[in-house]
Amino acid sequence: MAKKQSAALDRKKFLADPVMVTTIVVLIAFLALFILYPLAILLVDSFITEEGVGLSIFRRVMGMPNFRKAITNTLKVGFFVGIASTLIGLLFAYVEEYVKLRTRFLSGIFKVVSMLPVVSPPFVLSLSMIMLFGKAGILTRYILHIYDNNVYGFWGIAVVQTMTFFPVCYMMLKGLLKNIDPSLEEAARDMGASRWKVFMTVTLPLILPGLGNAFLVTFIESIADFANPMIIGGSYDTLATTIYLQITGAYDKEGASAMAVVLLCITLVMFVVQKFYLEAKSTATLSGKASRQRMLVKERSVTLPLSILCSVMAVFVIMMYICVPFGALFKTWGYDFHLTTKWFTQVFTKYKGFKAFKDSFILSLIASPITALISMVISYLVVKRKFKGKGFIEAVSMLAMAVPGTVLGIGYIRGFSAGVFRTGFLQGLYGTGAILVIVFVVRSLPTGTRSGISALRQIDKSIEESAYDMGADSLTVFMTVTLPLIRDSFLSGLVTAFVRSITAISAIILLVTPQYLLITVQINEFAEKGSYGIACAFATILIAITYGAVLIMNLIISRFGAGRMIKEEN
Amino acid sequence: MGKEKKGIRLEHISKIYQDPKTKKDFYAVKDVSLDIEPGSFVTLLGPSGCGKTTVLRMIAGFESPDEGEIYLAGEPINALTPNKRDTAMVFQSYALLPHYNIFDNVAYGLRLRKLDKDTIRTKVTDILKLVGLEGMEARMTNQLSGGQQQRVALARALVLEPGVLLFDEPLSNLDAKLRVTMRTEIRRIQQEAGITAVYVTHDQSEAMAIADKIIIMQGGVVSQAGTPREIYYTPNDEFVADFIGEANFLKGKLLNLDGNEGEIDINGTAIRISGISKRETGSECTLVLRPESADLSDEGGLPCEVILSCFMGSYQYYHVKIGDQTVKITVFNPKNKKIYDVGERACVIFDSENVHVL
Ligand SMILES: Nc1ncnc2c1ncn2[C@@H]1O[C@H](COP(=O)(O)OP(=O)(O)O)[C@@H](O)[C@H]1O
Ligand SMILES: [Mg+2]
Repeated sequence: MAKKQSAALDRKKFLADPVMVTTIVVLIAFLALFILYPLAILLVDSFITEEGVGLSIFRRVMGMPNFRKAITNTLKVGFFVGIASTLIGLLFAYVEEYVKLRTRFLSGIFKVVSMLPVVSPPFVLSLSMIMLFGKAGILTRYILHIYDNNVYGFWGIAVVQTMTFFPVCYMMLKGLLKNIDPSLEEAARDMGASRWKVFMTVTLPLILPGLGNAFLVTFIESIADFANPMIIGGSYDTLATTIYLQITGAYDKEGASAMAVVLLCITLVMFVVQKFYLEAKSTATLSGKASRQRMLVKERSVTLPLSILCSVMAVFVIMMYICVPFGALFKTWGYDFHLTTKWFTQVFTKYKGFKAFKDSFILSLIASPITALISMVISYLVVKRKFKGKGFIEAVSMLAMAVPGTVLGIGYIRGFSAGVFRTGFLQGLYGTGAILVIVFVVRSLPTGTRSGISALRQIDKSIEESAYDMGADSLTVFMTVTLPLIRDSFLSGLVTAFVRSITAISAIILLVTPQYLLITVQINEFAEKGSYGIACAFATILIAITYGAVLIMNLIISRFGAGRMIKEEN
Repeated sequence: MGKEKKGIRLEHISKIYQDPKTKKDFYAVKDVSLDIEPGSFVTLLGPSGCGKTTVLRMIAGFESPDEGEIYLAGEPINALTPNKRDTAMVFQSYALLPHYNIFDNVAYGLRLRKLDKDTIRTKVTDILKLVGLEGMEARMTNQLSGGQQQRVALARALVLEPGVLLFDEPLSNLDAKLRVTMRTEIRRIQQEAGITAVYVTHDQSEAMAIADKIIIMQGGVVSQAGTPREIYYTPNDEFVADFIGEANFLKGKLLNLDGNEGEIDINGTAIRISGISKRETGSECTLVLRPESADLSDEGGLPCEVILSCFMGSYQYYHVKIGDQTVKITVFNPKNKKIYDVGERACVIFDSENVHVL
């Protein structure tokens, strides 16, 4: 059957819309240049030497004992954190969904716990871990009287990452448990199975793919994490930190590229399994909506220990976060507990704090509307339009999700320091604020796109068609119909992009030039030097900024969000 | 009101889709040719999945035909995008813009056409009056009932004074009573506005009530096109006869033919029938007999046995067996007539001009 005519007509109609064509071309160019090209150049760098194409660089880096060690370290941490986060997340989700809680207190702190990692810079827990459990840690030194506790290394990273990532698992698994039809479990209960038996034989098998999914998501997050291993890893290097040191310390660019390729391959494989196998499977088994209320576990012998266990863990996590502002208020942490404002003062007087906040703030402020807009445009194109190249846009923006920041950073160094393909083209970009903004955009794009896509899927396709039918062109449809209908998603994308940008470190630490002072980079520097007071002061102000941004967003959404329909001016 | 009415012509239109499961291409619409007169009201009628919406969406421009050409007022429009076509569509889900109130919904298309404020206000007010929504300009769409949303959708399309109005099952989300009122309303408004209308539905009574001309589709092809009367009394095939109203199909054999009159043998009884198209004597043929065209009597006609007899108030409803064929019969105003009980023998009688031979 010849489908030629409709294809030709569709193309003609498509070309009659120049704004749309331009948008798509620019978008494809942007994605190709700033996501695909930097990754491609890493491959080129690591496979091609003066002698030609070959594996010699890989052979060289694999010969380095510290690199081989880094691989095993990274995988060890990844597995531990993946499993621990999934289990703790499951415990929290189960308690929330299945256990009759006596107070609202627990679900209140669950909410706080799941929110904190989102609004905090990635390494705050490392800071508080050191301050609570390190040599001068209050818990170790003053309560347990251990004077030489070493938090640096595997356990430090593992504990901190678990505490950072388990809320993600909790949220994912909560969604799954909610969708289990209670009658499935009640049927088993009727046949006389105990709660534990029901959990093992009914609930667990149902959410098994979901558990695998949660595991892989945290696994990827863990091995891509740069900030925590940097601060609390000590001599225990992971791939992300090894790559960083290889390029900043040893100036071995080819070696770093090859290492980056190795890291990228690991995350990509995990990502593909997660995305195309487990994600589909975990939702497919549980597509049925819960038909009625679940009978909650009421036996005190179960509820009491579970509530206490979860409360203690949640309170502990919250305490870890609160520790940071206190760290900035004591004279010398661990030795002199007089209150002082000297660290906050020093941030601004001695360490150019104002410039750091200004630079971080402005760059993030520029990046976030760009990110939010691009992600809405991508979502619109992916969900609502049919055109050649759509697959490319979809695939590349998804790929960005799987690329660790460090890998992207190396890719940008290799790809742009001498211009595109070392031709000098776009060389002017390198070392500017513009490239930092672009990195921010690329790093936040996947989250924004994901939320935009799910928002758009909810909108009846014929609403946009009706506007088109009444005479609007694509741009007008997008501006007057699509965007207003998904403005909640747009607004939250705006803030998420801002928060992610201002707290980002892994990629930009490789690209920032002395001309720009970024808060996260400062915190990292002071934490590494052991100046925890200053680091905490910086971090406290940063947390205040991000938390403020989230508050303002919630305010705006409740004021102007889609819940309230605003009237258009004529 | 209204600019010129426009006619639509479809010439050998086909649309190929890929089945999402089997990945095989198939014709969702195949070789459809239609000629829709300016100012007429035409319905596309057929069971779900027969390609009605696809035809409508090709006219609106959302889908492109794989074969053939569509003409609007004589101009080929295949390559035009929906926003450049002089058509306006009323969607099944109404598709009102949820972030606008009624006024802004109706004014949306006019604003795109850069009309000045006063003209827009006048036009919107006039149209809202026509559809019976005057004074409700400021209401948000989510505060409206289904019928009101339907009216807004209609007003929004009408206000653009399109050459052609397209409806895709516009009443399917309303309750039965409202459906009947709204279809009369739509017909009245179309007549008043004097606009060409193409109306998709799967409800045969709706199609009969509203249309000048009905086009029956099945499996992507047109089975028959004609006025409601033509379709009802002279269906082209069993599918059409069965789809429109209730029908009995009596199998028989042609005994002799003289002009268009002849004798047909049904279960051993020969009956005279007129209006038989040319065919060979001895060939099998099917008689379409509407239940209300037949009656029961003690003698004459086709002998039968009553197997169901049901008093329905305004009519008596029978199932009778002629040989091994079951025939449904409705006898209206049964009060003064003889009622046959189950198991009784009777005869099916009908006027020869009330049957149609396929
Ligand atoms: N976009 C599409 N892709 C593939 N198949 C489609 C698409 N749209 C409709 N179809 C198929 O084409 C046939 C006709 O659909 P449609 O025109 O919507 O039927 P109707 O409106 O008469 O119910 C159906 O089998 C339907 O599944
Ligand atoms: Mg349809």
